[in-house]
Amino acid sequence: MVVLNEKQLQEICKDMRADILRMTERAGSGHPGGSLSAVELMAVLYFNVLNHKPQEPGWSERDRFILSKGHACPVLYSAMSRSGYFPVEELLTLRQLDSRLQGHPNMKALPGLECSSGSLGQGLSISNGLAIAAKIDKKNYRVYCLMGDGELQEGQVWEAAMTAAHYKLDNVCAIVDYNNLQIDGKVEDVKNIAPLKEKWQSFNWHVIEIDGHDLIQIFQAYEEAKGVKKKPTVIIARTIKGKGVSFMENVAGWHGKAPNKKELEAALKEIYG
Amino acid sequence: MEMKPTRDGYGEGLLELGKTNPQVIVLDADLAKSTRTDWFMKEYPHRFFDIGIAEQDMLGTAAGLALAGKIPFVTTYGVFVAGRAWDQIRTTISYAGLNVKIAGAHGGISVGADGATHQALEEITLMRVLPNMTLVVPCDAIETKKATIALANFKGPAYLRFAREATPVFTSESDPFQIGESITLKDGKDLTIIACGPIVFEALTAAKILNQSGISARVINMHTIKPIDKEAILKAAKETGAIVTAEEHQILGGLGGAVAEILVQNHPVPVEMIGIKDTFGESGTPEELAERYGLTANHINIAAQKVLKRKASPQ
Repeated sequence: MVVLNEKQLQEICKDMRADILRMTERAGSGHPGGSLSAVELMAVLYFNVLNHKPQEPGWSERDRFILSKGHACPVLYSAMSRSGYFPVEELLTLRQLDSRLQGHPNMKALPGLECSSGSLGQGLSISNGLAIAAKIDKKNYRVYCLMGDGELQEGQVWEAAMTAAHYKLDNVCAIVDYNNLQIDGKVEDVKNIAPLKEKWQSFNWHVIEIDGHDLIQIFQAYEEAKGVKKKPTVIIARTIKGKGVSFMENVAGWHGKAPNKKELEAALKEIYG
Repeated sequence: MEMKPTRDGYGEGLLELGKTNPQVIVLDADLAKSTRTDWFMKEYPHRFFDIGIAEQDMLGTAAGLALAGKIPFVTTYGVFVAGRAWDQIRTTISYAGLNVKIAGAHGGISVGADGATHQALEEITLMRVLPNMTLVVPCDAIETKKATIALANFKGPAYLRFAREATPVFTSESDPFQIGESITLKDGKDLTIIACGPIVFEALTAAKILNQSGISARVINMHTIKPIDKEAILKAAKETGAIVTAEEHQILGGLGGAVAEILVQNHPVPVEMIGIKDTFGESGTPEELAERYGLTANHINIAAQKVLKRKASPQ
């Protein structure tokens, strides 16, 4: 496992932001907003936390990552390619005919994807199944599941929250990308999910609240979760949708819209300074 | 004749798998007694998980177990699993071809007194349309046990449909069972009755009645609806020239629809269809309902007479 220092992670995050924008610009569609908000969460996970072997994606002892918010696959594809699952150049095939990088993750197309996703609300249940299997087989792998905040409006998430707590799945770590925007507007206006911390606590989860763009806080949260016993952990990460690109930040319209060439250039200039 | 519900065959199949296949895990959604998964639960408590009244979560959990190499059997009533969790089955399980076995109990109108909400009549249609899916509808308790075991040894997503009521046990342990290979229970030359599920017994009874009037009916037990035994259907069409389908399920998209799709594209012959005709069920005894919804041997007999007339004087 590669472990990067803070400076290296900052550089990787810049590259990942650039990847997301280049991929979606080339594809002419895709979901940059909710990918940009999860860059730091994914960078720390893929480079400093996950016990995995990118050259051997089927390694049975690996930690599993489930992208429940499947539309944010640009950030996942970027993290995977930058950590060695496939060549970075392939990122630009996103959403094209015959590409392994489907518009929403297709696990059969790309080794290293742990599941197919795109219909929201399902990832935590899948994570629980993997975690139960680990307990049965006495394996030490952990299961990480990234969910969107709007996604928490899906009832299945809370069914799964009960299951994880009931079966004491302390090998499950859920992450909520709490950027407070969904397609139709602010989450609190569309259908409020607050108070989120109290909701998860009342479902018998260990809750950690962090700034989802602070690399140190993110790393510490993942580490804290590893030490929690008999309870699953959720990291509620306060983030900014479109983070890193001034004209995309906190604008719901960038949920599912690709930048054009001019916008891409302006964005890259901001990212690399 | 011995009477036994097909759900008992499922429970027995799971018990056998508990012994022989350590990868088999059973999940239920608060219906363990009714679906017979409690038999497995008592013997193998560490491989049984009650997910509570949360079918969508149960299917997702099963997907995760399958991803880790387990063979999960998720079990609840057909209406709840095929309907409520259809999106989970489609996008998470079927799309990825995950090795999840979906057991839908209480298939058909013979559920009886519980009424329309609990009488699953749409699972064949809903599962048949999914790529990668295998769909098995066994005809009695013995065949259900065999199907349960066969599905554990078969890689890929599959749906097993069985029923609540005790129905005749008319196959034997030694009869062969292969997923995808239909069984010709009786040969005949004038017409063919293609049926699935416990109504296969009614088809056999109808064939006996027809025989009394000198009509020779072939009877095919089409226990696998997907992949369907196309060869047997076309052979029957060519050799007997008329088909009656029989199912305790909606005809729309059901076995009737599946057989018709094969025939119209390859070898059109007159077809009559026995099944639920685009309507919901209601409360009543299984016998009363079979009579009201036209699912008895007598109804199959009448359909056979009708199809023979059409065969004799094509329009």
